[in-house]
Amino acid sequence: MNLQFQPFSAIWVYLAASPLLGLTLTLLAYQAAHALHVRCKRHPAANPVLIAVAILGVFLWLTGTRYETYFSGAQFVHFLLGPATVALAVPLYAQFRRVRRLLLPVILGLLAGSLTAIVSAVLVGRWLGASVATQASLAPKSVTTPIAMGIAERIGGLPSLTAVMVIFTGVLGAIVGRQVFDLMRVRDQAIRGFAMGVASHGIGTARAFQENEQSGAFAALAMGLNGLLTALLLPVIAGWLLVR
Amino acid sequence: MLASLSLLLSCQLIGELIAHWLALPVPGPVIGLVLLFLWLVLSEGPSDDLKQTCQTLLQHLSLLFVPAGTGIVLYLTLIGDEWPALAASLLISTLAALVVTAGVMVLVQRYFAREES
Repeated sequence: MNLQFQPFSAIWVYLAASPLLGLTLTLLAYQAAHALHVRCKRHPAANPVLIAVAILGVFLWLTGTRYETYFSGAQFVHFLLGPATVALAVPLYAQFRRVRRLLLPVILGLLAGSLTAIVSAVLVGRWLGASVATQASLAPKSVTTPIAMGIAERIGGLPSLTAVMVIFTGVLGAIVGRQVFDLMRVRDQAIRGFAMGVASHGIGTARAFQENEQSGAFAALAMGLNGLLTALLLPVIAGWLLVR
Repeated sequence: MLASLSLLLSCQLIGELIAHWLALPVPGPVIGLVLLFLWLVLSEGPSDDLKQTCQTLLQHLSLLFVPAGTGIVLYLTLIGDEWPALAASLLISTLAALVVTAGVMVLVQRYFAREES
């Protein structure tokens, strides 16, 4: 027996079972991912959540650690999603008075965009043979992650799958948004920002802020409003939308 | 900080209770968001303390998605089986949402500009 190896493996067995490991790894992986994101000049494709998830996924796979074991530590970070969702009320309140100028376009654009995002995601998924659980996970994908995960859980989706689909949606929208609006010849910064927020939530909002302040403010508003609308709308229409 | 954190958690708790009692399909924290929003309307804006607490919490919002996002390792088989549907759904639906939202807003705005002139 290798006596020198024994203590390390014993320490590993102890560490792997402790919640401290999952928690520490989450913070370290996120910081590494964030540093990489900054180094890539905050390009939306170098999304810090995607990078951190990839790092952790590879780590779990290499060490043969079960996700449940990891999550027993990471749940302390996960718990903060609830209060963070509530905290979104503060930026939403700050943006709210800007709506007056564009009240009707905002309301109708929000309704149309929100419904389009939900229905098209589900129908395209179903048409290409996605299971009902996958369709339910795709349905709230344009909404900010904490709300989307809550909705997915309520309508029979897989919250983890939704989290990743939400991020991909945000990254996609952030990359193509500018070109789409230019092709459509939409020049109003408020409209460009708002559409970005409806389709691609926080990641789109960050991108809109890079364009300018007004665009970012409307994107933030759209993200909040679409989160609320989808949370109210989707559980109601899920019954007839999600059929086998 | 503590007062603001208590306010956030109380809103969430009441939100969860309302969702549970009324069997609402809306997630509890979203009802909490609405409650805090109403609170802000009634108290005419957030206190500096609340503003700062929320800013701290939201500054690294992305970090909070990482534990759940990592859960994707449980669904690698599902993604392997259904990736064409997932990819097409994401691409088409994101483009459609961008185009429809911006398009409807432009049309509505144009319609009202014409009414006014």
